[in-house]
Amino acid sequence: MDVQSQEAIKRLAEQHGKDKLLVLLGSPDAESAEIAAETVVLGDPSYAGPLAGAQLGLFVHHVLDPEIRQEIPPQVWEEQIGVMTDVLNAGALTAAVAAMRQRGGGA
Amino acid sequence: MLKDRLIIALGERDGISGPAIAACVTAAGGTVAFIATECFV
Repeated sequence: MDVQSQEAIKRLAEQHGKDKLLVLLGSPDAESAEIAAETVVLGDPSYAGPLAGAQLGLFVHHVLDPEIRQEIPPQVWEEQIGVMTDVLNAGALTAAVAAMRQRGGGA
Repeated sequence: MLKDRLIIALGERDGISGPAIAACVTAAGGTVAFIATECFV
């Protein structure tokens, strides 16, 4: 994850507290989704950015998670996500992020 | 879920972009606190 993103997320967590934040990922595959989720839950796995060693324990979902999708108006979903719904493996992405949430102690 | 929290929209270039995620969140009545589109290598 970019250093700038890590800095911004760390700052938001400090300002608002972890319970106020939700990270939504747009990763294309389970591996990158897992790494992004790990970064905001357990800390930067590459130990290169500001979140290295920072176990923020943030609440994180992939945007294709059915729990998220059901809250978004269908027309907007079609305009913004559209064909990527069929191209990407929503089940694998949702499972990868859920597993990382559980490792962080979240639901 | 989206209305209860501040959203960090962390998109990815080869997947779904940050602005696309943010547009969905806004349409659902949520508030976006940060938007980025990463390039995972």
